[in-house]
Amino acid sequence: MREVELLIIGSGPAGLCAAISAAESGARVLVLERTFKPGGQLIKQTHMFFGSESQYASHRGVDIAGILLKKVEEFGDRIEIMLNATAVGFYEDNVVTVLKDEKEYFKIRAKSVICATGAFEKSLAFPNNDLPGIYGAGAVQTLMNVYGVKPGDRVLMVGAGNIGVIVSYQLMQAGIEVVAVLDAAPRIGAYLVHASKLARMGVPILTSHTVKEAIGKDCLEAAIVCEVDDKFRPIPGTEKRYDVDVLCISVGLSPLNEIIAMRGVEMKYVPQLSGQVPMRTENCETSIPGIFVAGDASGIEEASSAMAEGYLAGLCAAAKLGHVPEDFDRRRAEYLKQLDGLRSGPVGDRIRAGMKQSELKEE
Amino acid sequence: MRIEQHPILTFDRGREINFTFNGQPMKGYEGETIAAALHAAGVKVLAKSPEKHRPRGFYCAIGNCASCQMTVDGEPNVRTCITLLKEGMKVESQEGKGVIK
Amino acid sequence: MFEKTGVASREMVMTKFPPIERINRGPVAVVECYQKIPCNPCQTACPFGAIRIGEDINEIPCRDENVCTGCGVCVAKCPGLSIMIVDGSKSAETVEFRIPYEFLPLPESGEKVTGLDRAGKPICEAKVIRVMNPASFDRTPVVTLEVSREYLYDFRNFRRE
Repeated sequence: MREVELLIIGSGPAGLCAAISAAESGARVLVLERTFKPGGQLIKQTHMFFGSESQYASHRGVDIAGILLKKVEEFGDRIEIMLNATAVGFYEDNVVTVLKDEKEYFKIRAKSVICATGAFEKSLAFPNNDLPGIYGAGAVQTLMNVYGVKPGDRVLMVGAGNIGVIVSYQLMQAGIEVVAVLDAAPRIGAYLVHASKLARMGVPILTSHTVKEAIGKDCLEAAIVCEVDDKFRPIPGTEKRYDVDVLCISVGLSPLNEIIAMRGVEMKYVPQLSGQVPMRTENCETSIPGIFVAGDASGIEEASSAMAEGYLAGLCAAAKLGHVPEDFDRRRAEYLKQLDGLRSGPVGDRIRAGMKQSELKEE
Repeated sequence: MRIEQHPILTFDRGREINFTFNGQPMKGYEGETIAAALHAAGVKVLAKSPEKHRPRGFYCAIGNCASCQMTVDGEPNVRTCITLLKEGMKVESQEGKGVIK
Repeated sequence: MFEKTGVASREMVMTKFPPIERINRGPVAVVECYQKIPCNPCQTACPFGAIRIGEDINEIPCRDENVCTGCGVCVAKCPGLSIMIVDGSKSAETVEFRIPYEFLPLPESGEKVTGLDRAGKPICEAKVIRVMNPASFDRTPVVTLEVSREYLYDFRNFRRE
C-alpha cells in the first residue's frame, strides 16, 4: 500500500493552493484529481476575478489555473498530481481507496488529508427537466470555454446568481443568443456589476420568474415561463413561451464532500453554506484531527475564498505534520485576514452566519 | 457546432480523431471528451433512461451526475463527459443500465 | 429597481459622474460600482492614487476627479467592467466615451455604430474613434466613441450593425 504524508483530494483552486502552501512548508503532497486535467472549474472561467491581489483579482480564472500550476511545478519534487484518479472510499485507518483510469483500484494511506472536492450544480424540478438541451450552467461553460463547442443557438438562463449571469455573458461572447435570464427570487443574486454588463447588452433579467415546464420530444424545443408571487407560487395567466434549444440551470451549488462524511467527520446541514458541511475549526480542521477541508466542500463561496482557504488548510495541515515554517504565525494571520476581507461585506453576511454554525472551537 | 472565433480564448484543437457513434463514422479532436465531440456533431441524445426510456443528454460535465453514461468499446456506464476521445473508439448510446460482460 | 433589473436609475448614475465643468476640462473616470463587494483592483491599478477603496476591500470605490487624469488604466482592470472614461473637452456638441468591449468582431475606426443605454436599448448613433487592445489590457479591448452630448448620461454600450 502506498503511504503518503499529505493527501489532497481535488485539484481545483482550494486543492492547488493547499498543495502549494503545504509544500512550501516542506510537506510531501499527493493530489488526486478525478478528471484528466488539473485546475477544477478555474479552467473555464474566462472572466476576471474579484477579490484583491492576493487572490489574483483582475486575472481571468483560466489564467489563474496556469499561475497555480506553475507554482506547483516549482515544488515538483514535493507535489505529485495524479490525474484520472477518483477517491471512492475513506476509512478509519486513514486509508483512501482510489479508482484510477476506471481500471486500477488501490489503497493509499495518508498521515493527513485535505478534502478539496468542490461542489456540484443543483437541479430544479419542473416537468420534462430531464430533456437533452437542459444543462447545468457550469456544464455549458465547460462545453464552450474548454472545448469550444456551442451548446446550441438560443439559450434561456434560469438563475440570476453570479454563475447564471456570468455564463450568460460568456454565451454571448461565444456568439450565442441569450433570450433572457430568470430568477424566482425578487432580487438579482449576482454581483450587480455582472448583471449590469448583461443588461446593457439588451438581455432582460426577469426576477420573480420561474420555469413552469419544458417542451420537446427528444430534445428541448421550448420552455414555458411564468411569474411567481412573493411565496414563489406561480401566478396563473402569466405564462410566456420561449422557443429555445438550451435551458441552463444555475440555481446554486451544493458542497461535494461525501468522501469525508464517509470517514466519519462531524457533519451539519447549514442552509447558508448550501448543504451538508463538515464542522471545522478556524484552521479548516474537521472533528477528526489531521482531516482538513477547504473550498466549496466546506460551504459554497467564491473561488477567491477557496484559494485563501486552501493556502490556510495547507499551512495548518503541514504544521500538524511537523512542518512548521518560521513565519507560520504571520502566514496564518495573513490568510485569515484575507478570508475576513472577502467575507466581511454585506454579500458575506450569509457566509459568516453559516460559518458560525459550522465552527468547531479550537481546544 | 464549434466556436471558431472567441474574444478571450483560442482553441488549439489537436489532431482529428475518427470514432463511431452507433456505427456511424464521426470525427472529433484529440484532447476533447466523447460528450464534447458528440455535441459538436449535433448529437444530443446520449442514452435512454432505465425505466421510462426517456432521452438522456449531457448535464454536469464533471463526471458527477450519470446522465451522459454511454457504452464505449463494449464497456457500459462510461462517463463520457470526462472521458477523452481516442482513435477508433466505438461509442454507443446506452439503453438502460448496460450489461457488464 | 436596480436590484431587479441590473439597470441603474438616472439618480444613481448621476452620483457617479463628476460635475460637467470637470468633464469639459478633459477625460475622467466614471466608476459605476454601486454595491459593496469584496473587490479592489481599480485601486491597485490607478497609477495616480485617484481611486480609493481603503483597508476594507468591500468598500465602494471613491474616485477623486481632481486627481484622476482619465488615463483609463482602470477600465480594462475592473472585473465588473463598471468603469468608463468620459471626455467633454473635444467639442461643444459631442462627448467621447472610452468603454470596455469584449466581443468579436471588434469595430473599426470611423465606423458608425448604434449607441445603447444601460438597458441595451438603442438610443443614438455613435462614431468609433479608436480601438485599443494592447497586451496590458489582457483581452479587454477599450473602444473610444464619439456621441452627441445629449446622451452623456444615457450612453453606456454599443452594437455593430
